Amino acid sequence: MEQILEILEGLHPEIDFETCDTLIDDKIIDSFDIVTLISDLSEEFDVTIPVEDIIPENFNSAKAIKALIERLLEDE
Amino acid sequence: MKTMQNNVLEYLENVVGKLANKIAYASETSEASFSEVYKNSRSIGSFLYRQGHYKEPIVVFMGRHPEAIISFYGTIYAGCYYVPIDDEMPRHRIELIFQSLNPKAVICDNETIQSVESFDYGGKVYLYDDLVKSSIDEQLLGKIRDKQIDTDPIYIVFTSGSTGIPKGVVACHRSVIDYIENLSDVLKINENTVFGNQTPLYVDACLKELYPTLKYGATTYIIPKSLFMFPLKLVEFLNEKKINTICWVVSALTMISAFGTFEKAIPEYLTTIAFGSEVFPIKQFNMWRKNLPDARFINLYGPTECTGMSCYYEVNRDFELDEVIPIGRPFKNTDIILLDDDDKQVIQGQAGEICIRGSSLTLGYYGDFKRTNEAFVQNPLNNSYPELIYRTGDLGKYNDQGELIFVSRKDNQIKHMGHRIELGEIEVVANMYPDIKSASCIFDDIRKKIVLYYVGDMTKAELASFLKKKLPRYMVPNMIEQLDSMPLTANGKINRVLLKEKYYGR
Repeated sequence: MEQILEILEGLHPEIDFETCDTLIDDKIIDSFDIVTLISDLSEEFDVTIPVEDIIPENFNSAKAIKALIERLLEDE
Repeated sequence: MKTMQNNVLEYLENVVGKLANKIAYASETSEASFSEVYKNSRSIGSFLYRQGHYKEPIVVFMGRHPEAIISFYGTIYAGCYYVPIDDEMPRHRIELIFQSLNPKAVICDNETIQSVESFDYGGKVYLYDDLVKSSIDEQLLGKIRDKQIDTDPIYIVFTSGSTGIPKGVVACHRSVIDYIENLSDVLKINENTVFGNQTPLYVDACLKELYPTLKYGATTYIIPKSLFMFPLKLVEFLNEKKINTICWVVSALTMISAFGTFEKAIPEYLTTIAFGSEVFPIKQFNMWRKNLPDARFINLYGPTECTGMSCYYEVNRDFELDEVIPIGRPFKNTDIILLDDDDKQVIQGQAGEICIRGSSLTLGYYGDFKRTNEAFVQNPLNNSYPELIYRTGDLGKYNDQGELIFVSRKDNQIKHMGHRIELGEIEVVANMYPDIKSASCIFDDIRKKIVLYYVGDMTKAELASFLKKKLPRYMVPNMIEQLDSMPLTANGKINRVLLKEKYYGR
């Protein structure tokens, strides 16, 4: 979780990512961030995020991102 | 005999007789047929003129939907010129635009009407829904048309300025007609063209869809911005709407290829893929070409000051990973001159400043003769009669095959997410933060990140939220770093070379 929060805070230092669960709905993370976010996450956790997982539900909160990464790590 | 076209509205008037009920523009929330575009824009034009607006800027402050486009044409019907702005723009930028234009009227939709009230603006505010109810005065519109000439302005779009003040580029009927005729030939637009628009309506990039749609009776779908985060959904949208022609920024295309989208879905109907404003990484480009082997890929290049795009290159060979896709050759009726530091033409193979000649030159920067005269200058190769060229500040050269190649910028301007940005403008805004001591920007070309270094007591988060309020989204630094002191050169200027070393040495 720490690493995920760090990556997110790198993108938007002024947002409280621990509580926010509307990252996509409120356009906090937008098309400018998504490529950086996905490449940073892939690098940090050494996973490939398949395109079918790049959907709004998986990126709306730090918790959702964590669940996604955990699932991908388990599947490996 | 048909007289020469001298007004962009003739495109609309020609098509409405043939394809009245066909959809011209559609977005997530609404759509408009050519007859609706025709009727509503004429209502708007009649209304604006009756209110006393003539030969003046009209701000169109609306969302990204067909009604905004109709308001553009309505403004031209009134003999005025449109200035598109958008809720996505930061307050500070909108304030600067209001200050530089001092407009007498703003057209809003139901969403933006609230925001406009929060600005220090004393002019008239019109609601689109009201405007289109007003009666059309044919006689009046005819009178306005009789007085219009092809060098009259039709729009102003704003582009980044290194002093912190954006520059309003004014384009006229002639430059837009010249551009649209020649661009459409290259893209091979026809009645069956279905565009998928990606760019905002407040930049000149959207001309590529707006006017060819009228000229040929094509259809433009305005793609919701949120889809550009979710590649599979985006491709599904392209297929659902049977989109066959796109003119996108490179980052929107690589977003699809880089995430392995092609393994799951292919945009089946795409036949023409135009891109530009940025270097297309060859690895990504090859994925596109491999998966859409029958599509035409066209690289476009050009500055806002020359209406849209000035050069094109249709890919007709394979590219190695270390090659760049050429910008090719100028459109018909446009000429490129490469000038060296002494304003002489360079010899074959040498790099020189790309200078543009032709009817596609815009009129210059609104209310700013000084900056206009610096960039739009007498052709130094001609000392016999007045002839303007536009100095792009880009360096280019011809390769052995005679194709034009973009080399680099002469200054601190960068291209990021398809937008042209002066790093100096970001620095000016950062230095507006109370008690900040120093701020300087660099651009990471490889990872495509704007990095801001600053010295001051504020936190990164404080500075970030400040910048978000003042700068357009695409200009907000992707990374902010605090320093104890700013590295300086011997003569006291900020040492960007050392900053870059610091950045890459992290």
